Amino acid sequence: MKFDTPAGPNPIDRMKVVGRAHDRIDGPLKVSGQAAYAFERREPANPAYGWIVGAAVAKGTIRWIDTDEARAAPGVLAVVTARDAGPLGKGDRNTVRLLGGPRIDHYHQAIAVVVAETLEQARAAAALVRVDYDRAAGSFDLDEALKAAPATDDDGKRARADRVGSFETAFAAAPVQLDAEYSTPDHTHAMMEPFASIAQWNGDELELWTSNQMIDWGRSDLARTLNLPKEKIRFHSPYIGGGFGGKLFLRADALMAALGARAVGRAVKIAMPRALMANNSTHRPATRQRIRIGASRDGTITAIAHESGSGDQPGGGPENAIGQTKLLYVGANRLTALRLAVLDLPEGNAMRAPGEAPGMMALEIAMDEMAEKLGMDPVEFRIRNDTQVDPARPERKFSQRQLTRCLTEGADRFGWSNRTARPGQVRDGRWLVGMGVAAAFRNHVSRPSGARVRLDGGIVTVESDMTDIGTGSYTIIAQTAAEMLGVPVEAVVVKLGSSDFPASAGSGGQWGAANATAGVYAACVKLREAVTQRLGLPLDATFANGRVRSGTISQPLSKAGSLVAEDRIEFGELGKTFQLSTFGAHFVEVGVDSYTGATRVRRMLAVCAAGRIINPKSARSQVIGAMTMGVGAALMEELAVDRRFGLFVNHDLASYEVPVHADIPHQEVVFLDEADDKANPMKAKGVGELGLCGVGAAVANAIYNATGIRVRDYPLTLDKYLGQLPQLA
Amino acid sequence: MKAFTYERARDPVAAARAVAARQGARFIAGGTNLLDLMKLEIETPTHLVDVQDLGFDRIEPTAEGGLRIGALVTNTDLAADHRVRRDYGVLSRAILAGASGQLRNKATTAGNLLQRTRCPYFYDTNMACNKRKPGSGCAAIGGYSRQLGVIGVSDTCIATFPGDMAVALRLLDAVVETIDAEGLTRAIPIADFHRLWGNRPEQDTVLRPGELLTSVTLPRPLGGRHHYEKVRDRASYAFALVSVAAVIQPDGTGRVAFGGVAPKPWRVEAAEALLPQGAAAVTARAFQGATPTKDNAFKLPLATRALAAVLAQKD
Repeated sequence: MKFDTPAGPNPIDRMKVVGRAHDRIDGPLKVSGQAAYAFERREPANPAYGWIVGAAVAKGTIRWIDTDEARAAPGVLAVVTARDAGPLGKGDRNTVRLLGGPRIDHYHQAIAVVVAETLEQARAAAALVRVDYDRAAGSFDLDEALKAAPATDDDGKRARADRVGSFETAFAAAPVQLDAEYSTPDHTHAMMEPFASIAQWNGDELELWTSNQMIDWGRSDLARTLNLPKEKIRFHSPYIGGGFGGKLFLRADALMAALGARAVGRAVKIAMPRALMANNSTHRPATRQRIRIGASRDGTITAIAHESGSGDQPGGGPENAIGQTKLLYVGANRLTALRLAVLDLPEGNAMRAPGEAPGMMALEIAMDEMAEKLGMDPVEFRIRNDTQVDPARPERKFSQRQLTRCLTEGADRFGWSNRTARPGQVRDGRWLVGMGVAAAFRNHVSRPSGARVRLDGGIVTVESDMTDIGTGSYTIIAQTAAEMLGVPVEAVVVKLGSSDFPASAGSGGQWGAANATAGVYAACVKLREAVTQRLGLPLDATFANGRVRSGTISQPLSKAGSLVAEDRIEFGELGKTFQLSTFGAHFVEVGVDSYTGATRVRRMLAVCAAGRIINPKSARSQVIGAMTMGVGAALMEELAVDRRFGLFVNHDLASYEVPVHADIPHQEVVFLDEADDKANPMKAKGVGELGLCGVGAAVANAIYNATGIRVRDYPLTLDKYLGQLPQLA
Repeated sequence: MKAFTYERARDPVAAARAVAARQGARFIAGGTNLLDLMKLEIETPTHLVDVQDLGFDRIEPTAEGGLRIGALVTNTDLAADHRVRRDYGVLSRAILAGASGQLRNKATTAGNLLQRTRCPYFYDTNMACNKRKPGSGCAAIGGYSRQLGVIGVSDTCIATFPGDMAVALRLLDAVVETIDAEGLTRAIPIADFHRLWGNRPEQDTVLRPGELLTSVTLPRPLGGRHHYEKVRDRASYAFALVSVAAVIQPDGTGRVAFGGVAPKPWRVEAAEALLPQGAAAVTARAFQGATPTKDNAFKLPLATRALAAVLAQKD
């Protein structure tokens, strides 16, 4: 089904199942331990266990590697290194090879896998692999590396700054100006389930059970790496314990399991040790951002510039922290630019809301600072500069944009009018109390997505390689099929996460829910045609309550017998004619300890405008999870770089802190009632990343309101406030 | 993890003997720290002597009016004991400020005192660490040191003792009781129990090989207001950046000890005499000679401000 004109009325509009809060259909399996995650599978039987050895240096070469002692250790079946692995390719989406040696590209890059009868034997033997490195100097200091870094586009190709009008002239002439620098640190995904895989070869065919957000990407890149035709690989990932972008791509667990299994001729199971995850895999790159805003005295932005620098391995790309600034606010004169430095730290790549997450952390502090300079309320300042069109191409409208309503409704609900504009004025015992606001913005991405739908005795089975990364995909797909075919959710079986099924949009970039359900919609339209044909009813028959009706004729759906239909949603030019984005507003109240500078969030509210919300319950879970992640980014998350040795030092969950329950207070989420007919037949857009974008800045702005101290360097830890807190009595 | 042998000890002297007799033997009780370190091969004991059947699991009054806490009393039970809550509130609060409910259910009094540092370089076996591998150097010096020590450290090691409970025990002048392979017992004042690193950072405490911790005694209650102020980046389940244990008497005198700053709970009696003059006077004396890094210099003003917060509390 080609989606190239705005969606008209369709069966989803009935909203009998779609649009209603529905418990996760996979919930009982998960809470009772029956949903087998990759490492927990009991099939294939009798697997051997692999343990990954990570490089002990960040850059250099392996002079020699001695695996004799490891091979001789109890239970060991094989040790595979680059020497033994045969010629390997590299996945298109991997910047860096997953198996290092003799060249080492980054710290903890996999250099060997030890396979043994038990996990304990493999782990013990892995410590016996002796490696002598020729350590090379590397580039580990972002600030240093950015001094000579070229300007690039968002793919990392050399490019000039993106300009509209004349920023410099307009900025110089602006009566009110802001010029400020912001920094965000490297972040690790820190998902609960580690990278994990089981690989088994049947002749020259490989079957892999893993934890991956994008089945077709993972399968294709594993095939490229192993120099196999893609068809030789079956790739399964039915349950995923969080990914946050860390599992968008093929990772070392899958490759090493495949290599280990080939070496020992039996299934091999690998979970990546937690201590390896931060440096072995990808991370959200640190940014250094500069924002300049010029405005007239009435608060209208006349000039806006956002520049961001980040670093990555050779051949990698920049963190696109400037994307939202092209679209969020008016301003006739604009400049956006990226710079990309070469770093020998681990590969930088996508983490939840890549680009917008760190970009909004900076931009929305800048907006708060600018509002203060203008003497305007920060809600009012944002509304003043709202736009219904792409500021660079005014002929291009947003498909649907209710930013102003998000801000005003949020302000009403949060009690924003009680905020004291002058900072540092509100006390609650030892706490300094403040409120902050930020806009939320994240683009919606349209991606083709396929599904197969079977009807058998009134039971509908949906098959798709779509993944459920904890988001609720199983449930919303069941709701979609139920709505389309007029059956209860209980009559729908959903099978996901396997290359045996039609390729889908997958999970990432908040594109999963809307596109994958649109693909299911397309397949259901085909199935409806087949059903009506078999029942001898016209195409416009109504599917409801397990029956198919046309005029006075009504037949049970089950009477259609066994049918199967497959289709995929594809997209035309609507996404170019219109700008498809999602919007929101975040409101946060914090207390800052006047003695210690420690910040504790007190209340949070998000108002989201993201098209039709397919399941308000799972969507709310997505948004509160994202808000929690935003609190982490604001207050504590930072991979600490050792610039001498080139590694992230705090590579475990004790030292890389993410919020715990005690950090997260009352969270409220409101979805505006929307349906975006330019997006897809579901009239839905993404929401899972919107919930993160802007949260960090809302926290920062609340801290400023509480203390009068402006910190532009995330995370906003207490040491950055201590020197400016109120004097001790 | 390296393969190891395991035995379950039936009596304390036999346990001590079993550990003293074998190079690389270690006691194990709750295992909440040791097992993690073994999995990472930071610790590689060849033999484990499990002491959990030895019965040191009671809290009893002493003839002197204090309490004797068995070495195997769990953190959960100790924090919840009504006598501890009534007379030694600082101890209960310190324990509850640490770890998580699950860990406190398994962790023992002795194990808590013997927990090892959380220095990230100690935890990464690719990095030089004199504490993990004597003589290999210290990667933390000149590295990422935000969590590390500001006083009492040496040029071989800048790690801290990470615990909370011990800070309260130090404040209360607890005494650690042990037994050795010969059946000889020893009472070690908590002030002397943890070592400053000096040139031997691998040695955390003054315990001798095979010396088994049997109990911790608390002297008579001090009265006064009990405080444990723990400062950290997140609200729970994190090691202290700085913690302050204090008992303040109605006349403004009292005791104060600091956690998260040194190889041991940091208490300077001469500084306590300055409590009536306020927090800044106390910490100026307590942290005289401090050698912070750029990353952790904030701990000094933070200690002052955290103590000020304690002193400002009136109930």
